[in-house]
Amino acid sequence: MAAKEFSGGFSWARKDLTCTEDLSLREVDEIFSLADIFKAEVKKDRTKLPYLSGKTVVNLFFEPSTRTRTAFEMAAHKLGADVISFSSSISSSVKGETLKDTARNIEALMADMIIVRHSSSGAAKYLADRVGIPVINAGDGAHAHPTQALLDAFTMRERLGPDFKGRKVTILGDILFSRVARSNIHLLNKLGAKVTLAGPSTLVPPEFEKMGVEVSCDLAKAVSDADVVMLLRIQHERQSSAHFPSISEYANIFGLDRRRAHLLKPGAIIMHPGPINRGVELDSFLADSGRSVILNQVTNGVAVRMAVMKLCMGATLGRLAK
Amino acid sequence: MNGLKIRNARVVDPSQDLDCVRDVFVRDGVFADSAPDSAVEIDAGGLALVPGFVDMHAHLREPGQTSKECVATATAAAAAGGFTSVMAMPNTVPAADSPATVRLINDIIAESAKVRVYQSGCITEGRRGEKLAPIGSLAKLGVKAITDDGSCVQSAELMRNAMVYAKMFGLFVMDHCQEATLTRAGQMHEGEWSVRLGLGGWPAAAEDIIVSRDVILAHYAKCHIHLQHISSALSVDIIRGAKKRGTSVSAEATPHHLSLSDECLAGYDTNYKMCPPLRSRQDVEALIGGVADGTIEVIATDHAPHTDTEKDMAFDAAPFGITGFETAFSVCHGALVRSGRISLMKLVELMSTNPARILGVDAGTLRAGSPADFALVDESAEWVYDSTRSRSSNSPWFGKTLRGKVVRTFVGGKSVFGD
Repeated sequence: MAAKEFSGGFSWARKDLTCTEDLSLREVDEIFSLADIFKAEVKKDRTKLPYLSGKTVVNLFFEPSTRTRTAFEMAAHKLGADVISFSSSISSSVKGETLKDTARNIEALMADMIIVRHSSSGAAKYLADRVGIPVINAGDGAHAHPTQALLDAFTMRERLGPDFKGRKVTILGDILFSRVARSNIHLLNKLGAKVTLAGPSTLVPPEFEKMGVEVSCDLAKAVSDADVVMLLRIQHERQSSAHFPSISEYANIFGLDRRRAHLLKPGAIIMHPGPINRGVELDSFLADSGRSVILNQVTNGVAVRMAVMKLCMGATLGRLAK
Repeated sequence: MNGLKIRNARVVDPSQDLDCVRDVFVRDGVFADSAPDSAVEIDAGGLALVPGFVDMHAHLREPGQTSKECVATATAAAAAGGFTSVMAMPNTVPAADSPATVRLINDIIAESAKVRVYQSGCITEGRRGEKLAPIGSLAKLGVKAITDDGSCVQSAELMRNAMVYAKMFGLFVMDHCQEATLTRAGQMHEGEWSVRLGLGGWPAAAEDIIVSRDVILAHYAKCHIHLQHISSALSVDIIRGAKKRGTSVSAEATPHHLSLSDECLAGYDTNYKMCPPLRSRQDVEALIGGVADGTIEVIATDHAPHTDTEKDMAFDAAPFGITGFETAFSVCHGALVRSGRISLMKLVELMSTNPARILGVDAGTLRAGSPADFALVDESAEWVYDSTRSRSSNSPWFGKTLRGKVVRTFVGGKSVFGD
């Protein structure tokens, strides 16, 4: 089936994607179905699909990022769009221009879509509320990283099947400061999976339980019955803010390594949004094993982002047509 | 001879334990037992007449930040909110830490203030928390209290010396209670909602620690301490305990901390971003309990104007604070009086009588001989807060419908708001 025929009688009305919290199951389904098609088509003949040809996508990154930015760029290219990237070092934020002015200038340059990453939680919604073109959140503070959560769930679906009910996902690491964790919690809860958060008590406060997840500081217990173990990158800068004693102590107590590989149940998969600190949260032994789907996540990230970009752009075009 | 005869109002004055319908007379700017023959008569049937509100905590922003506010606009807004006296915080630019700056501020107030303004001085030079400001010289120029509001003095030694030194000049310390290491990344109250929203947490403990420290220091030094904008349930308990022990401590709460909680931040609206942050519902409930049982004696606005441009930013980049003069009465009347938690009499005590007593000024009363500072309020009027006399409109209530309205305000018998 070609993507242009795909519709299923459902009309996508969302201009922006800022979080997973308010996505409906129908919308998630729509993204996954379209990503399936894109993934197959891109894999088959590696040509561009013309859905965004003639459009210009602007990557507006106020925080350093290589992989997310590259994945969005790749997705835009695969859809035939032109891409312009602003990064914080060259953007005018250093000259004191406000986020609002930067965004409106980009809109006035006649860009067609903004991909934004910003250190402040809420920044993507802030932008989306103030410009007429689609805004895709590529990470805002510790709040949300919706395309990461979507590609994570897409990868789980690929490996474990489409039914998330009763599936157990354990997210391990620096949860407090993680937008990936928050977006995954919302999406996985919606899909019916059971989420457990684990890590040092300073980085996994009990308030997370109010979001409908389990919180645990016992690594063995948290990973032993998990279908998915998702590691998060331990950020070295947290050490200086006194959340845990040292990287080596973290690796000793919470690192998923050779000693703990036997804890994983058969068929359990290992995920990581990257970049991996090999030997800290995850040993190479496991990162490069058959359990690891880390590179599948990267590949799927392109297809899922293509789907999100096409759908949101379509919603805007539909709006203009009216 | 000038005079006023205000008829048929429900007169509410906690300083005289008065709550009845009667006439109020003004002669030459002060309350009197009778009015001169030439008195202007005002029919205030259906309204309540209360002593003008006294705000112990306001940011007038002049000198130095007049794009946000100036003394003229701030005091016009104060008048519209029924405030006849306000205490200006010293975090102007430059800060009110030197005789020269206080003189300048006194001049600005004399020229442009529409209600009475009392100035507070800094505890430390430049509000840096390192070296005491010339507190004695500031006292001579009329400052009524000292505070480094917004930049809590972290050194316990310096704070103790400030209390003891200021007492020599009849001044007391007003403290913004915030332990700085716990709030470095703070954007909102640390709890369920900061975790949900991914915003940096500002734990109640940061307030509780300094509240504890301050009441302990005040206890041993036998000094009065006034604790600003209390927001945490545990702090209310600590203050209650200190009062029971006989420590000379007073505390204030703001209209927003008495009426709003941290879930308001769900939409990342920076008009709910303030310092201290909006706390949990349980904290709000404890705060109301503290107000009702007298632990917290004062309602103060922490009127903190910021321009639209400053507030219209990504959440982390926006400044803390909201305006408060024009909505204080309506918001408190709704949260405390209409909700049945306290009487109108008690609200007036919190907004007029007690702050005047703590500041030691002749205000907050309708007693004959005192300056005729008063307001007429309509407890049931509905109104839309869609225009402001302030230079800024950074209020979560801007554009919303409120109930209970200040109708007229008089300072020294002269009308400063409403006709």
